[in-house]
Amino acid sequence: MALNSLWYCMRQTCTSLVRNFWLGTASAAMIAVSLIILGGFLLVAVNANQSMRIIESTVEINMFLEDEADIRDLRQRLHALDGVEEVRFVSKEQGLRELKETFGERRDLLAGFEGENNPLPDSFRVRAEQADLVPGLARQISFFPGVYKVSYGQEYVEILVRVTQWVNLIAFGAVILLGAGAVFLIVTTIRLSLLARQDEIGIMRYLGASNWYVRGPFVLEGMVVGLAGACLAVGVLGAAYYYLVTVLGRSPLVLFFVQPVTDPRVILSILGGLLGLGLLMGGLGSLISVRKFLRV
Amino acid sequence: MIELYNVSKVYESGVKAVTDINLRIAKGEFVFLVGPSGAGKSTLTKLIFREQLPTTGQIFFRGRNILRFKGREVLQLRRQIGIVFQDFRLLPRKTVFENVAFALEVIGRPRKEIRRRVPVALAQVGLSGKEDAFPDQLSGGEQQRVGIARAIVKRPLVILADEPTGNLDPGTSREIMDLFEQINRDGATVIIATHAWDIVNRMRKRVVALENGRLVYDEEQGSYSHGA
Ligand SMILES: Nc1ncnc2c1ncn2[C@@H]1O[C@H](COP(=O)(O)OP(=O)(O)OP(=O)(O)O)[C@@H](O)[C@H]1O
Ligand SMILES: [Mg+2]
Repeated sequence: MALNSLWYCMRQTCTSLVRNFWLGTASAAMIAVSLIILGGFLLVAVNANQSMRIIESTVEINMFLEDEADIRDLRQRLHALDGVEEVRFVSKEQGLRELKETFGERRDLLAGFEGENNPLPDSFRVRAEQADLVPGLARQISFFPGVYKVSYGQEYVEILVRVTQWVNLIAFGAVILLGAGAVFLIVTTIRLSLLARQDEIGIMRYLGASNWYVRGPFVLEGMVVGLAGACLAVGVLGAAYYYLVTVLGRSPLVLFFVQPVTDPRVILSILGGLLGLGLLMGGLGSLISVRKFLRV
Repeated sequence: MIELYNVSKVYESGVKAVTDINLRIAKGEFVFLVGPSGAGKSTLTKLIFREQLPTTGQIFFRGRNILRFKGREVLQLRRQIGIVFQDFRLLPRKTVFENVAFALEVIGRPRKEIRRRVPVALAQVGLSGKEDAFPDQLSGGEQQRVGIARAIVKRPLVILADEPTGNLDPGTSREIMDLFEQINRDGATVIIATHAWDIVNRMRKRVVALENGRLVYDEEQGSYSHGA
């Protein structure tokens, strides 16, 4: 029985797909667009995440000292902390030199601050073994005696976090809207198929065809449309990402800013997830349609 | 097998199609449902396989109240009945063979059985050779016989035929009625709504007559004298 019904189901699906070719194509395209946007944002997100981690890991804790601080004692305390990788003492003179370097051509602006007039405090630069240890270490260090101020570029990291949160929120909204639109289009496609075969469906009902026997072909049709859209999206995204990583990525400028995610497990699970989602959207749309229009 | 108690049907349009019908049909009976056009014969058949729900009254099939049936039970009910529709209701995009096969597909019969049984049913209604025709390539009478083949092919417990010979010539009508009689002898309960008074009178079966939706006559080995 199952095999028989399956055959019937597939034949009906093919017929419907051919008959509703353009609407089906539009639905698939809509699904593709929403999945491309979703997938695009996901790819941006994993890359941003990775970049953030890289940036964070290069972040040093700047520990500014009061004039009377006991430098030897502090150095010992720092080395005694768990998770500290490297400790470097930067005297106020060295700090000024480094500052001058960052000023470059305009270093003359700092001309009046040498020797006695140097406003900079002595400091330690502390590097953590892992990025996520940075905030905790910074807190501990701030309680050490003779510490004037501790900073680790938290503002920078926070801005990065906030920006990605907003981007994610907007992307999420766009994906929800587009996704709902795509599902609605599927509902319409399937409804047209249903209307085109309303009489047949009625006859099937009077001959005692089960719900799933009647619904099966329509749900399958929706899933095929959804999967087609997802395949399109995966193809476009995959090709675009490959292009970005290989062709653009070779330019040193781009590589300097971002280290693209190339771990196939990450990329493939994103693309695979998109395929599943397309299938799900198609199935969901057609289910909504058959539920609404196929009551006994 | 089938029991109706005080069954009335008022369509949304306000038409009282059947009124206060009490009727019991036992297993293995052969019943003609007669009456002038608009008397409510089709409505009565539709009530039995739950195409329509009665406005009041109760209907039992094999001892169970079909008005309480839900989804699956409704389908089970219809699977046990071979229905011949007055308006044929063939699937226009399927061939004759596929239309008849469909009745078996729907109830999940295996392909082998379908290939064996469909030609037999088509031969019984005299349509051998028309397997690959589409319904719109057939005459009215041929379409009607496809509908009959579809109803009998699954060997149902009950045959419910609405004007099965309405488009057939007297000779073919008689053959079809003989076929129903044979199916009845094999154990099926047969209910036939018809105007064909000559056949009714010749076959001497139970006759139930409706007029203006009311049951006016119910006789074993009855006859049909109310005119065609
Ligand atoms: N779906 C419907 N909606 C509204 N009224 C209907 C419907 N079906 C039938 N009727 C009305 O109900 C009455 C009985 O109709 P029905 O089809 O049962 O008669 P019938 O005995 O089968 O007639 P015929 O011999 O012409 O087939 C008629 O007056 C008809 O107009
Ligand atoms: Mg009728």
